[in-house]
Amino acid sequence: MSILVNKDTRLLVQGITGQEGLFHTLQMVQYGTNVVAGVTPGKGGEWVLDGKIPVFDSVKVAVEATGANATVIFVPARLAADAMYEAGDAGIPLLVCITEGIPVHDMICVRQFLEQKRICLVGPNSPGLLSPGESKVGIIPGDLAIQGNVGVVSRSGTLTYEVLNALKQNERGVSACVGIGGDPIIGIGFVDVLQMFEADAHTEQVILIGEIGGNEEELAANFIAKEMTKPVVAFIAGRSAPAGKRLGHAGAIIEGDAGLASVKMEALRAAGVRIASYPEEIPALMD
Amino acid sequence: MKLHEYQSKAIFSKNNIPIPRGRVAATAEEAKHFSEELGGRVVVKAQVLVGGRGKAGGVRLAKTSKEAEELAAQILGMEIKGLPVRRILIDEAVSIDREIYLAITIDRKARKPVLIASSSGGVEIEEVARVTPEHVYKIHIDPLLGLRDYQARDMAVSLDLPRAYWKTFLDICQGLWKAFLSTDSTLAEINPLVITSDKRFLALDGKMIIDDNALYRHPDLIDLWDIDSEVQTEMEARKFGLSYIQLDGSIGCMVNGAGLAMATMDILTHFGGRPANFLDIGGGASAEKVAAAFRLLLEDPKVCSVLLNIFGGITRCDEVARGILIAISDLNPSIPIVVRLAGTNAELGNRLLTSARMITASTLSDAAQKAIKLAQGVELEHSG
Repeated sequence: MSILVNKDTRLLVQGITGQEGLFHTLQMVQYGTNVVAGVTPGKGGEWVLDGKIPVFDSVKVAVEATGANATVIFVPARLAADAMYEAGDAGIPLLVCITEGIPVHDMICVRQFLEQKRICLVGPNSPGLLSPGESKVGIIPGDLAIQGNVGVVSRSGTLTYEVLNALKQNERGVSACVGIGGDPIIGIGFVDVLQMFEADAHTEQVILIGEIGGNEEELAANFIAKEMTKPVVAFIAGRSAPAGKRLGHAGAIIEGDAGLASVKMEALRAAGVRIASYPEEIPALMD
Repeated sequence: MKLHEYQSKAIFSKNNIPIPRGRVAATAEEAKHFSEELGGRVVVKAQVLVGGRGKAGGVRLAKTSKEAEELAAQILGMEIKGLPVRRILIDEAVSIDREIYLAITIDRKARKPVLIASSSGGVEIEEVARVTPEHVYKIHIDPLLGLRDYQARDMAVSLDLPRAYWKTFLDICQGLWKAFLSTDSTLAEINPLVITSDKRFLALDGKMIIDDNALYRHPDLIDLWDIDSEVQTEMEARKFGLSYIQLDGSIGCMVNGAGLAMATMDILTHFGGRPANFLDIGGGASAEKVAAAFRLLLEDPKVCSVLLNIFGGITRCDEVARGILIAISDLNPSIPIVVRLAGTNAELGNRLLTSARMITASTLSDAAQKAIKLAQGVELEHSG
């Protein structure tokens, strides 16, 4: 089993004819994800991957024709907000947005709109979801994880790969890996995913990969202390980061005393979470 | 992108927020001339993109235009927190009855814009929030509805503003909301908003921060960019789509992905080394981009060794290796380079680099420790 996506997920790819969209669609299909349709306005009627996947002009029509129940968004930052409104308006219950660099004002409105419709948004600036052996939605390399009982949730991309790799080297399998995204305004947060892992019968322990900026880790610590029965190991990136500088991710910035790695680690430690000094140390701290 | 006070106030004024009469000067003569225009009594204000200008002596009151000229000459020769003062704002001096703090920013926790006000204007709001949080009022704004008048009225009541001022205060709040929205700001701040002794509101000082990701739809604002205030190498990096921040250590880092780049800095620190920079080459980096990144690292004289950590996903390790080889043949660096490639096409990348006699490592901790030893001048045998 897994969370958010599984074998029954019927995936739509928005921006399927773009370079990245097409490349990752192929990767997802090869992994076994059921990609049922793509959308690129102006390219409706075309087919991609040797005629296997139909392309539609709009999300609404794609959903009517194929029954897609999740969408992954690869469209450029300038068009991404519209793509998310369109998916929300078509009633797709799960959106995964890979796009990086979306203006924050756009995201504030998108988030409010989707929240009112009770639609689940993962990202933006997310590597997506990987449920080993079941489904891959996004860009996480599928061969980095084997099926197992460890839930992984992260704000980062390649750092997550590093952790997945460390798990695989130690023959630790993964139930699901969720990238919540590195932007200041994102859809679901750590707490939402921790809740899902806590409820998921196939997840026995959880790894949380946080970073400087915001208060997602503090909220997670609070939830873990109060509600979580499964053990959690965490790594927080950015202990050596200077204040006031945005480190790549728009969300990774220490503002005043807020967002410091040390504060986050202390909060998590107080909640009983084991903290790794570096990614490769994680497997040794697990149950 | 941060805007200068005078730029922020120009945007406020466009949105019907009253500002003092004032002009921007680049020389003492101009300052003298402008202060004469404004009636002699003026405030001379350094325009630099850092806080604490007042404490540093960058904001001074001149009673005559001659005094304004002298102060202007002084301030234009100053450096405030390392930034040279190239422009000064000459504002009419006003007598103040009351100071208020008023701002709109994005509350990341609530994921909404928030109107913030305080009766303690003119001072650092963070300080007020720390010492007397009950004196900082916050009203969240539904982004789909915008700021409503009743919300601004609630704020006027919280601030204990006499009713006679409500209408103007509402207009100012709405003006600030429009300024915030129309420029894609993450902060639009009036500090202080004053009530003068002749009962007028004036935005005496202002600060705006524009979302870099939204600059593409504000070509007019890009012209306001103060290049002087940016670190040159960081600007250079931006041209290539690289995210680069200079630090003060000795080990140059080049990584794909922001989180992994931070983790690489952390692991160096953990084993006793000091990173010279944060450098994220992003996803799917081409050989040319890698070469540009490499040049940036080698141009930093503090760098004693280089650590390359690439976890291939979209990025292919062999492509990165080709970029490194291009850079090395161009620059012929004398400092040692440790390379750790993992993920997509890592073996192919490693083979390419081994022939170039680079030091390779298979794990991040191994790579970090080798880079630290090399930075400390310890010789290591080249692998391969």
